Amino acid sequence: MNTRSQVLLWGAQRASAMVLALCVIVHFITIIYAVRNGLSAVEILGRTRGSIAWGGFYFLFVAAVAVHAPIGIRNICVEMGWRSRGVDVLMFVLALTLAMWGLRAVWAVVL
Amino acid sequence: MNALKVKIWRGTESGKFQDYEVPRQESQTVLDVVTYVQRRLDPSLAYRFACRVGVCGSCAMTVNGVSRWTCRTHVSKVAGDSALEIAPLRNLPVVRDLVTDMAEFFDKWAKARGRFTGNKTRKDDFARVEPASKQRRAVDAAIECIGCGVCYSSCEVVTWKPDYLGPAALSRAWTLVNDVRDVAQKERLAAVAGDAGCHACHTQMNCTERCPKHISPTAGIAGLKRAVLAATLKGEL
Repeated sequence: MNTRSQVLLWGAQRASAMVLALCVIVHFITIIYAVRNGLSAVEILGRTRGSIAWGGFYFLFVAAVAVHAPIGIRNICVEMGWRSRGVDVLMFVLALTLAMWGLRAVWAVVL
Repeated sequence: MNALKVKIWRGTESGKFQDYEVPRQESQTVLDVVTYVQRRLDPSLAYRFACRVGVCGSCAMTVNGVSRWTCRTHVSKVAGDSALEIAPLRNLPVVRDLVTDMAEFFDKWAKARGRFTGNKTRKDDFARVEPASKQRRAVDAAIECIGCGVCYSSCEVVTWKPDYLGPAALSRAWTLVNDVRDVAQKERLAAVAGDAGCHACHTQMNCTERCPKHISPTAGIAGLKRAVLAATLKGEL
């Protein structure tokens, strides 16, 4: 991977970290709010079904995770000595997998 | 006077600690201890020093597990009433005993373009640099580096990633990035970018913790990360 791409990956990881910091806070507050009367699928779906706001929020959350996690794991691999092109390909696949899993879940609770 | 129990590394990459006893003295430095051993007990001991007053950066060693400049480290500060263990700096090949091969350390300064590149001649007027300007203050923050290698020896990222340029070289690069007279900025930012450059730093701050001159290479590296990203986004890299 060329230097320019390495720098952009670093920038993407920093930017996604900022997004994640906000998303995790909102997520925690929502968890505490959601379990106040016990947790039920009806209540969750009642909040999320058809909600553009919650759909947008979770879409952003999933996108940030899909960007952030593979870059971090790539850094660990590089530091542990795995520096071939294979690690970049594998991390791209991991990013797509995380995005797919996450978006499928968002799809399930919003639509 | 009390005797100080001292263990000193003997050998190269492989070797062992050897025991010595050195008389305790007031205001005794770790370098005094090593010098006593070499002059009175074992003339075959190899170590490096020059100025003895914290200017040259030659005498850095690992003292009780911590990289330090030995000429300005009092025994009373690091040994207490127990013992001293003195080893060569980490992350550098050992030539013999306490002497490391610093070539790689200084080669990385060159790789990070740690050399001033100007375009003025002696016929030009002096450059005017406002002492209170942001850039000049950033230069001041790290200009006193003596190149002792303590930061490099303390850096875990260098241990994991031997091609990482390291805190001293990157701190030097940041000093020059802030030098308004320098004309090789793009080349320098390209040289310090990426996985083996400033972006490998984990901000663990071992270098900042250990620097005997109280410089913060971590702050300089953070500056480089931002400058390189900005240059990349502008398409200059």
